[in-house]
Amino acid sequence: MAEETTDAQTDTAAAVDESRDSVVARLRSALGDGVIDSVVQPGLDVWVRVSNHRWQDAARAVHSMGFTYFGFVSAIDWMIAPEGRYENTEFDDPSDAKDEPAAIVTGVAGGDTRFQAFARFHSIAEGVGVTIKCDIADDTMSVATLSDIFPGADWHEREMWEMFGIDIVGHPALRNIYLPTEFEGHPLRKDFPLLAREVKPWPGVVDIEEIPEHLEAQLEAEVMAAFEASGGGE
Amino acid sequence: MTATSDHQQISYIAGQAADARVNVELLTGDMTLNIGPQHPATHGTLRIAAQLDGELVIKADPIMGYMHRGYEKLVEVRTYPQVTTLVNRIDWMGSFANEVPFILAAEQLMGVEAPPRAQWIRTVLFELSRIANVALFLGDMGVQLGALTPVFFAFRDRERVLNQIEAITGGRFHPNFDRIGGLKDDIPKGWIEETKDCMNKMRTFCDEMDDLLVGNEVFQARCRGVGVIPKDVALGYGLSGANLRASGVDWDLRRDVASPLVYDQVDWKVWTHPDGDSFARYWVRLQEVRESTHIVDQLLDGIPSGPIMAKVPRIIKVPEGEAYISTENPLGEMGYYIVSKGDLGPFRVKIRTPSFNNISIVPWVMRGVFVPDVITILGSLYFILGDIDR
Repeated sequence: MAEETTDAQTDTAAAVDESRDSVVARLRSALGDGVIDSVVQPGLDVWVRVSNHRWQDAARAVHSMGFTYFGFVSAIDWMIAPEGRYENTEFDDPSDAKDEPAAIVTGVAGGDTRFQAFARFHSIAEGVGVTIKCDIADDTMSVATLSDIFPGADWHEREMWEMFGIDIVGHPALRNIYLPTEFEGHPLRKDFPLLAREVKPWPGVVDIEEIPEHLEAQLEAEVMAAFEASGGGE
Repeated sequence: MTATSDHQQISYIAGQAADARVNVELLTGDMTLNIGPQHPATHGTLRIAAQLDGELVIKADPIMGYMHRGYEKLVEVRTYPQVTTLVNRIDWMGSFANEVPFILAAEQLMGVEAPPRAQWIRTVLFELSRIANVALFLGDMGVQLGALTPVFFAFRDRERVLNQIEAITGGRFHPNFDRIGGLKDDIPKGWIEETKDCMNKMRTFCDEMDDLLVGNEVFQARCRGVGVIPKDVALGYGLSGANLRASGVDWDLRRDVASPLVYDQVDWKVWTHPDGDSFARYWVRLQEVRESTHIVDQLLDGIPSGPIMAKVPRIIKVPEGEAYISTENPLGEMGYYIVSKGDLGPFRVKIRTPSFNNISIVPWVMRGVFVPDVITILGSLYFILGDIDR
């Protein structure tokens, strides 16, 4: 498998990745319209998005396809953090973000909801990994457990439950894994403020100030001169 | 019936009654024993609430979070170059190895490739981290079982490797040396010869461990058949690294996944063991350290000349996209799922640490074992607390 992926990386013109394409094809035949979207980046990775009520079926399908190695399961909150992350970046200006929440833009393989669950499985025989995603509706905030199929999902789902507040339906023992039992809130949600940053903005902003273009060229020349003087890295 | 036999019978019944009374009075329910959070076998602050019936463990429930630092949240307010400082502290015994998958994932998203010289030195440092990390395990496992000598050897020889890491990166434990597009610095003069010498000493160390522990009858008696993890269970729990290979799964990310690291340039072997018990886990790790020293030797001979940094913009913005890169770290598969929104810092990073999955098997593997075996199994699974709690 390793050779095949390297070939695909070098030969971008004929960007075909048979092993990863076949993963998508097999999942589609197993789940039918349960597969909403899929993305294959030849030689790199594959994503499959399934509907929420087929989440367990998807895990069962990949397991029977030989993806028996459990990587992880976690969630993502696609909301733009309302608190602002850096000072003076165009990315999110805290002034207008506070009035109106920014539109949610989801990532690879799309999505319709603020929260998404994603899990990673690997096939030892094929040497290929797959990321399965599913949307989590805002009103139910729940997803089925994978711990029946992959026992290792147990702890990951406990973490998901406490960090995002996502209910795991059918989980054997949902209780805190990292946080104390009396902890309130779900820290990995984007609207959970990181108090340290509220009190004191990150000072690293200073380090990444833009250098004027003419200085940049000069700096480059100096670095290269020093590099040559040192014997070209030997 | 004679008086004697009457007497015998009465005393017998009285004895029985006394026994019964003692049994009733001493009848105990299951006992809950806290192992940790400050037990030396926990490598930090892991607490195991074990429910005991006599010496038998009925249920073992690990309780974590004593050291949870919330890296997944903190990463969201850092720029990409700042993240390596944080991830250094996940598995603090092999810090450099933590940086590599993150940098590789960021490089993949940016479409940047580090120059060959940087990749070679990266791979060398990656293996040195493994040797430093696992060497301590090789000695420490002895301590868990009551043999004190090996750990002194381990500390003595690990220091040699740490010195080599320090000589190039400036940090013994937290190198913070890997950069997007290459490395911070080149290797210093004379470093290659020193490292080769160091690798020779590490091979001697491995032989010593072989003599002291692997060949030791007591060590074998305490480890063989203890904490057996079958292949399919190991896969289902996502065990990785030497734990998985000790269960007979021939799987190593260094060999089996395409990566910019230069493992395909050297000649080496993946070690597996069919038994899946504590002894197998120790044995596989011992072979791996020895194999790593050979990998380092070969790599040192072939480091190409050239620059150590690719041309990357001074202000690093990673284009929109998602990437998951995992590497074979000293403890197992360590991966970063990076979600980027084209900003200075990542939008979300899921950190998949090996120890978290490796320890999640504890409730399964510790049913019906004896209390001393709890320590053997914990020791042989080998985890770093920072790697569980992140």
